[in-house]
Amino acid sequence: MNFIYDLHRTMMSQKLILVFQGDFTQESTKSILSMAERNLDSSGEESSIKRKVFNVMVEALQNIVKHSDELVDGQIRSHAAIFLIGKESNRYCIMTGNPIRKENVSKLKDALDRINSLDKDGLKDLYKEIIKNTTISDKGGAGLGFVDMARKSGEKLEFEFPEMNTEYCFFCLKVNVPRDNE
Amino acid sequence: MEILNLEGTEDTPKIILDKKNGIFEISGRSLPEDSAEFYRPVLEWIEKYSADANPSTEFVFKLEYFNTASSKLILDVLSALEDIKSMKILWYFHEDDEDMEEAGQEFSELVEIPFEFKTY
Repeated sequence: MNFIYDLHRTMMSQKLILVFQGDFTQESTKSILSMAERNLDSSGEESSIKRKVFNVMVEALQNIVKHSDELVDGQIRSHAAIFLIGKESNRYCIMTGNPIRKENVSKLKDALDRINSLDKDGLKDLYKEIIKNTTISDKGGAGLGFVDMARKSGEKLEFEFPEMNTEYCFFCLKVNVPRDNE
Repeated sequence: MEILNLEGTEDTPKIILDKKNGIFEISGRSLPEDSAEFYRPVLEWIEKYSADANPSTEFVFKLEYFNTASSKLILDVLSALEDIKSMKILWYFHEDDEDMEEAGQEFSELVEIPFEFKTY
């Protein structure tokens, strides 16, 4: 059972304050948010930072609920994904990982690269352009989640797509919210 | 005209739309699972109201948080209010919540309605 200790040590060394793996739904999203909120409240975090962290968490979690691609090999259930929050001395890190079909990777990567190429004003313009022209998708998204996360974070979105198997990659996203920017 | 009164929950805002008493308010948190479905009755109510609106209307947004899917629907609500005579938006934000203030400013740039900004 050494893996328990290993997992514990990993969480300590990565400064993780919350990890959730499993089936992501609106209900589990609400539970995760309320747990994370209690944690932020009890640590006495500044309210403007708390709001930004909450904001990024909601978008990250709802992205997984709406977009995580289903794995059909029987071993991994639909929406099997992971959500983590790290708390370092100078920032919070909101991280997600979820399966994505290989054919969807390049489109997502292009969208993230575009967002990362923009500065504050560029992101604001992109947000306004999308909100004016978008319609809510079948999945219930407005196509604004990553733009909003980048705006609230004020930093570049970090992402990777390690290969899972012949059909899927695992989309890893890390969004940093600085703690000392106010 | 019927009053639309929705109690707020942890993921949906409190909404009161009351023509007779002149109360028009959306407040709290908005991150519903299906934002289009949640805001449908609001948009329908506004459509009926616009046919026989009060001489002037002050519509209050006092949101603590909304997700991006809700932001699209909030824009839809504002667009539906655009053609109503003597319409004014009162956009409340917590005094240290710059993001909510900025969100209100962005909405005000997207529709042709006067906005008044207030802190709480």
